[in-house]
Amino acid sequence: MLGMSANSVSYNEQGSVESGVDAAQENSSIPGGFSSGGAAFSLFSADCKKNEDLKEMLESNKESLKLEAMKRIVGLIAKGKNASELFPAVVKNVASKNIELKKLVYVYLVRYAEEQQDLALLSISTFQRALKDPNQLIRASALRVLSSIRVPIIVPIMMLAIKEAATDLSPYVRKTAAHAIQKLYSLDPDQKEHLIEVIEKLLKDKSTLVAGSVVMAFEEVCPDRIDLIHKNYRKLCNLLVDVEEWGQVVIIHMLTRYARTQFVSPWREDAMFDENNEKAFYDSEEERKVEQTRPYIMDPDHRLLLRNTKPLLQSRNSQVVMAVSQLYWHLAPKHELSIITKSLVRLLRSHREVQYVVLQNIATMSIQRKGMFEPFMKSFYVRSTDATHIKTLKLEILTNLANEANISTILREFQTYVKSQDKAFAAATIQAIGRCATNISEVTDTCLNGLVLLLSNRDETVVAESVVVIKKLLQTQPSQHSDIIKHMAKLFDNITVPMARASILWLMGEYCEHVPKIAPDVLRKMAKTFTNEEDIVKLQIVNLAAKLYLTNSKQTKLLTQYILNLGKYDQNYDIRDRTRFIRQLIVPNEKSGALSKYARRILMAPKPAPVLQSAFKDRDRFQLGTLSHTLNSQASGYLELSDWPAVAPDQSVRNVEVVEPVKEAGAPALRKSKTAKSNEKFYSDSEEEEEEEEEGSSSEGSSSSSSEESVSESESEENSDDSNKSSSSQSEKSSSESDSEKKKKTLKNKKLQQQKPDSKDRKQKNGNAVKVESRSESESGSESSSSESSSESGSELDSDSDSGTDQKKNTKPKPVQSKPFIKQVEKKEVSLLDLDDFSPVPVTTPKSSILSPNLLSDLQGLLISPTTSALQASSPVFVPETSHELLHRMTGKGLSAQYRFTRQPCIYGNSMVSLQLTLRKITNQSIKNTHITKNTPNKTQNTQSSNAIERLEPQASVTVSMGVDFNDSTQAANFQLCTKEDEFSVSIQPAVGELLLPITMSEADFTKEQGKLMGMNESSATITMTPENVSSQSVNRKVVSVANIGVIPSSQENIYRFAGKTVSSGSLVLVSVALKDPDAVITINTEKTVIGSMLLRQFKTALTNSGP
Amino acid sequence: MIHSLFLINNAGDLFLEKHWKSVISRSVCDYFFEAREKAVEPDNVPPVIRTPHHYLINIYREKIFFVSVIQTEVPPLFVIEFLHRVAETFQDYFGECSESTIKDNVVIVYELLEEMLDNGFPLATESNILKELIRPPTILRSMVNTITGSSNVGETLPTGQLSTIPWRRAGVKYTNNEAYFDVVEEIDAILDKSGTTVFAEIQGVIDACVKLSGMPDLTLSFMNPRLLDDVSFHPCVRYKRWESERVISFVPPDGNFQLMSYHISAQNLVAIPVYVKQNISFFETGSSGRLDITVGPKQTMGKTVEGLVVTVHMPKVVLSANLNATQGTYNYDPVTKILVWDIGKLNPQKLPNLKGSLSLQSGAPKPEENPSLNIDLKIQQLAISGRLGSFISVGCDSLPAGPCDKALLLLTLF
Repeated sequence: MLGMSANSVSYNEQGSVESGVDAAQENSSIPGGFSSGGAAFSLFSADCKKNEDLKEMLESNKESLKLEAMKRIVGLIAKGKNASELFPAVVKNVASKNIELKKLVYVYLVRYAEEQQDLALLSISTFQRALKDPNQLIRASALRVLSSIRVPIIVPIMMLAIKEAATDLSPYVRKTAAHAIQKLYSLDPDQKEHLIEVIEKLLKDKSTLVAGSVVMAFEEVCPDRIDLIHKNYRKLCNLLVDVEEWGQVVIIHMLTRYARTQFVSPWREDAMFDENNEKAFYDSEEERKVEQTRPYIMDPDHRLLLRNTKPLLQSRNSQVVMAVSQLYWHLAPKHELSIITKSLVRLLRSHREVQYVVLQNIATMSIQRKGMFEPFMKSFYVRSTDATHIKTLKLEILTNLANEANISTILREFQTYVKSQDKAFAAATIQAIGRCATNISEVTDTCLNGLVLLLSNRDETVVAESVVVIKKLLQTQPSQHSDIIKHMAKLFDNITVPMARASILWLMGEYCEHVPKIAPDVLRKMAKTFTNEEDIVKLQIVNLAAKLYLTNSKQTKLLTQYILNLGKYDQNYDIRDRTRFIRQLIVPNEKSGALSKYARRILMAPKPAPVLQSAFKDRDRFQLGTLSHTLNSQASGYLELSDWPAVAPDQSVRNVEVVEPVKEAGAPALRKSKTAKSNEKFYSDSEEEEEEEEEGSSSEGSSSSSSEESVSESESEENSDDSNKSSSSQSEKSSSESDSEKKKKTLKNKKLQQQKPDSKDRKQKNGNAVKVESRSESESGSESSSSESSSESGSELDSDSDSGTDQKKNTKPKPVQSKPFIKQVEKKEVSLLDLDDFSPVPVTTPKSSILSPNLLSDLQGLLISPTTSALQASSPVFVPETSHELLHRMTGKGLSAQYRFTRQPCIYGNSMVSLQLTLRKITNQSIKNTHITKNTPNKTQNTQSSNAIERLEPQASVTVSMGVDFNDSTQAANFQLCTKEDEFSVSIQPAVGELLLPITMSEADFTKEQGKLMGMNESSATITMTPENVSSQSVNRKVVSVANIGVIPSSQENIYRFAGKTVSSGSLVLVSVALKDPDAVITINTEKTVIGSMLLRQFKTALTNSGP
Repeated sequence: MIHSLFLINNAGDLFLEKHWKSVISRSVCDYFFEAREKAVEPDNVPPVIRTPHHYLINIYREKIFFVSVIQTEVPPLFVIEFLHRVAETFQDYFGECSESTIKDNVVIVYELLEEMLDNGFPLATESNILKELIRPPTILRSMVNTITGSSNVGETLPTGQLSTIPWRRAGVKYTNNEAYFDVVEEIDAILDKSGTTVFAEIQGVIDACVKLSGMPDLTLSFMNPRLLDDVSFHPCVRYKRWESERVISFVPPDGNFQLMSYHISAQNLVAIPVYVKQNISFFETGSSGRLDITVGPKQTMGKTVEGLVVTVHMPKVVLSANLNATQGTYNYDPVTKILVWDIGKLNPQKLPNLKGSLSLQSGAPKPEENPSLNIDLKIQQLAISGRLGSFISVGCDSLPAGPCDKALLLLTLF
């Protein structure tokens, strides 16, 4: 405080915090901090001194000091102290190299960004850079933080980042993207439509890592879009066991809701059976049989869900068990319900809080289905160490379970409970006894006697509760119990609990004819104490007086009038009201009309006995296991479980389109999937999968592609480029020739495989038989095979992680930028597991690196006016899968090479086109030291590629990325491929479309730019479109397949616009296609007229040709 | 999902807060404090509390309330299970989960919480993964860190996170490959006044400490698996194999973990190892009472009973106890009305006895019920379920070819 500068005198506390330099921040940082009064002053000054030195530490050059400062700041945040004034100092460190420091800065940012939106924007560019980091952990955490900063202005950036991350090669990054979807949605619900698109894409993902998170996003953003689930339903069911436990919970809940809309009720059977019984009385036997021949057949998909969730009952995670239990409760046929009982009872040995929730759910279940829990009755016995709410719940369940057979045991147990020192619990027990007594008529008398004994209990709450319960019981059969009423009348003087007094008075009045002598005397006593009684007692006194007046007016007339007079002047208006009403009703006078004639019938009408029922009776309206169920009231965001549909919706929507023409019928398919599943488990190896595949292939028929793996791969991941494809096929290859250990495993698996059919035998014919069956039924082909999808999913997983492994090995030691990456698949360990980080396979860095330095300025542009466009590079709309031959294996002496355009920004240089080279060794010798020499006859062309490949095993293949600067011309690039022995001259001739990079811009910008490129820069042609090409989709598809350009959203219906720029010089290439039925005008505007005309020619051929 | 987390100690001090979405003012905890006050005992606080805008789900562990704030519908068990997982992780990292350790390691706690939840949805809860991301603090490491400037934070994504075996980290190497399995069985029994068993069950867990290199694949089989009534497994156990062959087959996580828990309910199998003779009576006049408890061994199969503790919850009117224990020490807490008699080892020759008088509040009526006794004990090297433990065999399907070709498997079974 001593060093306070002069300008801070006016508001001294604030001034001391800000060191003059940051005076501009003063206003934004202080409010919300301390509600400083005089008392807090001294404390505060100490605080701000500390903050001063924290700031100094943060601004120092030493990493360790910064780290220390951040640790202290995190400590402040944890304590809930305000550290927001340090924001400017902290945010500077966001780009720190020290990963721990960086993480702590992230923690800080996420906490305070919302409050300091302008300053938070300073950090955005760092995240954008990190989003392209080759380390997947860094990419993921950048996305996490970017999406956690709740600053509305960066919504477009978030959207873009999510879209890119959703196609990332790393499943971990994709998972993070799924999480980010929810964050963006809560920040800006207007993005819903775009987000649903991303969700749709991610739902197709076959990684178990992603499944849980994307379903969570689905539940949050668009739980009503059940149509998105159809195609993924079987996949989700099959993946379920392998998903991490939290994801399982979310998926199970979602599938429960899904199943309730898609399948018919399995419970119908029971209902129908009852109907039949009734019908049997008057229908003929035959008709009944007809009825029964139409039994309920469960949809195979319904069965699939039930079967795949069942093993999860053994999970250690209580919520998973609960989720499966509720799924069975809501979906399974009644007779299958019993399997969940044991697991639920098991949860009762868990923590107190778990017990609480589980007991609540059991209480609801036990009302409807006593039989389920009856064998486990003793598990619900109360322990003296239980918390009160647990005890009451157990009591509730015991009461629900009570029946003629076990009531004596339960009552004996209750006797102990009544004596409990926990009086609230003892009172609850008495109520429970009352409920047992009404529900089971055999024991009513026993219970009643027991309760009467309790009336002499010393504890008041117990007595009062007994009185209330006895009152309820007596209503069922009053005539036999006049002595109990007498007994209670005697006790009346000692009972002070108002509720109990009121109950006794009511009993007196109601049954005054049974106790004609005592009732007037009680009334006399009450008249004396009327003014001191509680309100409920007073009301009952008035009632008693009225009733006695009607039955025994001779003795009680005066008393009644006295009481009515007292009531007339009571403070409570209810009592005054009641008194007035009663007086008019019972005391005949000239004013009172016909009503008083009926007074007796009104007051002394026989009253139905109250039904004592469980407090959990109405809870079944909520889905079990939900928060709403626990609270017994609808929580916000609760999704109602729909009723079963009367008629099942179309089942075929869940069929997944597979490439294989042969389809299997539903039932055998499911059986097969079970066998697949049993092997797959959670860590199926690729061998298993391969065998699975081979097994399947016999029924799958012909597949045109070289490897089955790559078929499933490419069909499953349409959005990712085919680097996946090649790498997966490589890895498959390599894994088949892995080291001895693997073979051992293979053997074992084979053994297993042989065992499996045997075990199947017992249950369901023979494995082979199944296969044959499926083939023969394939003609009927109504169902697609879920087995296909399951095996696919497995293999996809494997290949994914395999490729990851490979990449890691080679990239790990290398620095990040401008270094080559080789996917080398030579020696492979068992592990699907030891992949660490991913190499920057092009997909992961879709954004042009040219533009990244400008992103900050872009952002600032956004800040000024969000409408101002930025020329932004975008990810390619379409990546061609075709590879071109570079070196034939004959000419290459067993070495074959293929190349393809990845359409990604090149990592070697901004002006280079990125290529992917796949080298494969066909012959049996391994090749050493393969490398590419630059042979550039044309000096303008420049080739960059990866380092030498040290070793290429026979049959193995290696993918190399390279960059070629074609200098915006279609001239072929020549270079040499050298092995230790040989040199091969090869050349790559690029298609003109590959020399471009896609960009996005607004439509207005497009027309503006187009206006600048008129005259000789414009080339156009008119063509006649084939009819099938007229649709917007097909035009788009054709254009983007020819050239690597981006689609510009167009407001006019018949004009399609595309934009790109040349890779080397960055000049704009604008393409527009205007449809004028049946003709179309293609216009290309670009400075590079040669490219323009070549493109035009290619577009012409592409658009006039029919077919894909 | 989970919006915020507050840690509150027994005295009602809020000592840590963490928000995963927008910041929620800590005043939301006032509703919790209200409920806490009403409940008297910390155990009686309802786990789910509704407030006008939020829902509070709390657990009470190690004298700390973990209070999480929820805004929308979410399965309550989901949150409860997660909070327990958090507490277990703290225990795993710091040796114990207490207020002081959390305060001492607040940075690591924060980093852990950051990794465990993303936007309120669990991200990484496996201890093997977390330990690769954030290394647990050790004295050695903190010294190395100060010297070399390296950090506790992992720089790469833990391999488990991506694999189908998230619980095991890759590249594990040990010079001594060893695996230990502990079978711990508990009997849970309710006896009535005369000593007859009202209800008894055996609850067992198999704890494992596996230190094996590479990616071992183990199997564990029981001689008599039919005894097991109900089982639950660590996610590493293959369900299908258990269902078909009754063999536990698994790739273990590295280090300590609970492999499975099981339940044996067959009543006749359960033999209660001790008996208790008790006589507690209160006199009608004179506001005093007498207490006499003797504990003796019943079916211990020759093993010694250890850690014997008798706990008596006295009626409220008992003011003090003047007792004499032949063995062990006793302590009566007049506030909580709990009498604890710590006997220790049970000597079959000389049975421990606790005898003496109780003084009651004068004028108060005599309690109508005798208090219940809780007896805790431990027996080493004895499986109460019998027959089960001694027949466990462990096989190795695949062990890495490491420095030792033959894997050494040590079993501690009883």
